[in-house]
Amino acid sequence: MSTRDYGWSTSHSEPGPGDAGKTGSWRVLRPVLDPGACIPAKRNAPACFICWLYCPDGIITRSIPPTIDYEYCKGCGICAEECPTKAIIMVEESSVTKGKP
Amino acid sequence: MHIIESGNVAAALGVKLSRAQVIAAYPITPQTPLTEKLSEIVEAGELDAQYIPVESEHSALAVCIAASSAGARAFTATSANGLLYMHEQIHWAAGARLPIVMCVVNRGVGAPWTVWNDHQDSISQRDTGWIQIYVNDHQQIIDTVIKSFRLAEEVMIPIMVCYDGYLLSHTYMPFDVPEQDRVDAFLPPYKAPYALDPENPANLNTVTLPDIRFDAQGRLAHGYMEIRYLLQEDMRKALDAASSIERQFFEMFGRGGDAFFELYCCEDADYIAVSMGSLSYHLRDVADLLRASGIRVGVMSVHLYRPFPASMIAQALVHARRIIVFEKALSYGYEGALCSDIKSALFHHGHNQARPEVLGHVLGLGGREIRTEDLHEALKHSCTTPVAHPDEIGWIGLKI
Repeated sequence: MSTRDYGWSTSHSEPGPGDAGKTGSWRVLRPVLDPGACIPAKRNAPACFICWLYCPDGIITRSIPPTIDYEYCKGCGICAEECPTKAIIMVEESSVTKGKP
Repeated sequence: MHIIESGNVAAALGVKLSRAQVIAAYPITPQTPLTEKLSEIVEAGELDAQYIPVESEHSALAVCIAASSAGARAFTATSANGLLYMHEQIHWAAGARLPIVMCVVNRGVGAPWTVWNDHQDSISQRDTGWIQIYVNDHQQIIDTVIKSFRLAEEVMIPIMVCYDGYLLSHTYMPFDVPEQDRVDAFLPPYKAPYALDPENPANLNTVTLPDIRFDAQGRLAHGYMEIRYLLQEDMRKALDAASSIERQFFEMFGRGGDAFFELYCCEDADYIAVSMGSLSYHLRDVADLLRASGIRVGVMSVHLYRPFPASMIAQALVHARRIIVFEKALSYGYEGALCSDIKSALFHHGHNQARPEVLGHVLGLGGREIRTEDLHEALKHSCTTPVAHPDEIGWIGLKI
């Protein structure tokens, strides 16, 4: 593997998903969303979306229900902290990935 | 057109002829008249540039980094503690590969305070990844500023043009000011490979991980180490670029000729004195005196200090019996940096022949007067006395 053809002689980052690589691998705690407690999911209406607003990496969608992109979610936990109905809880990543490669 | 002016004005006119677009500087002795002259030139409308007065040298270089990132030709200048205050941004400008040109008007650094000349300020910035050029007179100041913009933009590495405070900055000397149209032909407008653009946003110099990575577009991107390797690779390539630009400048303006160093009476010399800056011309007088008394002495004046043209320097020195280095700077606890670099160059070069001995002298710190008779005495002694302690540096003009 060689970076000779990269084209830049500096660190140069253009907008796009995951410029630092698949940062989901950094995650120790995984946010898990419970649609039964999530305001837009329960009401089937575009409401709340505080998780989407607060996610510093922009990996939660503004959809019903909101979805979380685990390829890039670093597991910071801000969404769980801010969710007014505690619909997002942080679980041990190892308990989810146990037995998987 | 020939004029008689100070070294600082020579630098300012070089910047004007180079059509710098952004100038940010903070005044510090002995650089002050250079920035004053530039602000006058911009205020009078003689140069279409933004002159940005800042509150510190750190900000001066930060402004130049921003301006250069936006695609402008940027210039700053400083001395001594001002240069040291820039230090973090000096590394940044090199790592960000921005072709900024900065005049360093050499002055000793505190403590204790001194405003007079030595080379400790710029020598202490040797390992920041900037190209460093030391010049000897007013003509070289104006010419080197112009050549430096050309070289910096070709290799995308910032350049320090270093000249002696007071000895050159405040003395008056005749020099030729080249015509604007010829400078324009030599130095085309700067075209940045990427200039900050809201339509094409990018994060510049973002955090790198220890390893390489795939970026958002799926390209394999450098890690920190690859970026730093490229700086070194391009620094070494800058030797050829500097040579070629020097040749083109010589063809167009009839001056200069060697980007690396100037030799004086070195062909048959048994002893060669090596130095940088105006001291080199002082040493020529001493070499003449010694030659008159039958000692074959030559003088090498190193212009391009980083990248260091080691093999060319060694080739020019290796036939001599002894090399005597005269420096206005010191790596405390060892010897002068130039002395170490000369030794290193000769060590690698002279495998199959006897290497010349190398002696180091320190002089002129904090503007201590360099008297011709002291130089004469020191050089004569260095040529005619067996070397008892090769690791000991000689101090010239010390009164302790």
